[in-house]
Amino acid sequence: MKVRVKLFAVAKQAAGAEAIELDVPADAVVADVRTALLAAIPALAPAARHLMFAVDAEYAGDRAPVAAAKEIACIPPVSGG
Amino acid sequence: MARMSRLTRETIDTEDLLRRVTVPAAGAVVLFLGTVRELTAGRRTLALDYEGYPEMAERKLAELDAEARRRWPLCEVALVHRLGRLELTAASVAVAVSSPHRDAAFEAGRWLIDTLKETVPIWKQEHWADGTQEWVHPGLGAENVPPNPSEFPASSSGGAP
Repeated sequence: MKVRVKLFAVAKQAAGAEAIELDVPADAVVADVRTALLAAIPALAPAARHLMFAVDAEYAGDRAPVAAAKEIACIPPVSGG
Repeated sequence: MARMSRLTRETIDTEDLLRRVTVPAAGAVVLFLGTVRELTAGRRTLALDYEGYPEMAERKLAELDAEARRRWPLCEVALVHRLGRLELTAASVAVAVSSPHRDAAFEAGRWLIDTLKETVPIWKQEHWADGTQEWVHPGLGAENVPPNPSEFPASSSGGAP
């Protein structure tokens, strides 16, 4: 299935886009989205283990399913404040 | 009552925040402002650009508000984070809390800004005086930050719509 992942900050910069469509297995979890994202944007590889994900605007762990998600986002380390 | 924890693209109105948290039950009001600093590790900043994931950031601000009220006997809480381009000295974030006594107000204010900086999906981009720009990602050393696309042909990103 295809999922759309919102991108921010360095991830958006590396992709040159605010979102990206990725192909993942039908029973995909967040870890699959991470793998697909890194395959699509190799420039992100050095930051891979620091990238978190949000499913429906809530932090989600690697095992969280994404099939029912309305929105998925890649969350690089935050720097607000 | 209007939401007191929110994002804005306007100048943060500190007088308004103080008015909102200053209520009859309060005997202590603490206001923290984070402002745009000129020097970071010897490098000179011209401006900062703040970007957020608005839906999630506002949800996280509301969660921080609720958690602070659970931990301390607070009267009111107001959290505001600004997005967009900010010049030196501008306030990027404001935390205002009130409580009957000062200990809770100081402790809650400190916890709120510390936790906000760790959890709320907002990012800042440095605009350095030397003309370069750089997204700030704590924990990502220079060796972990992907190169700016301007230094890389666009084809290396691949897959982007």
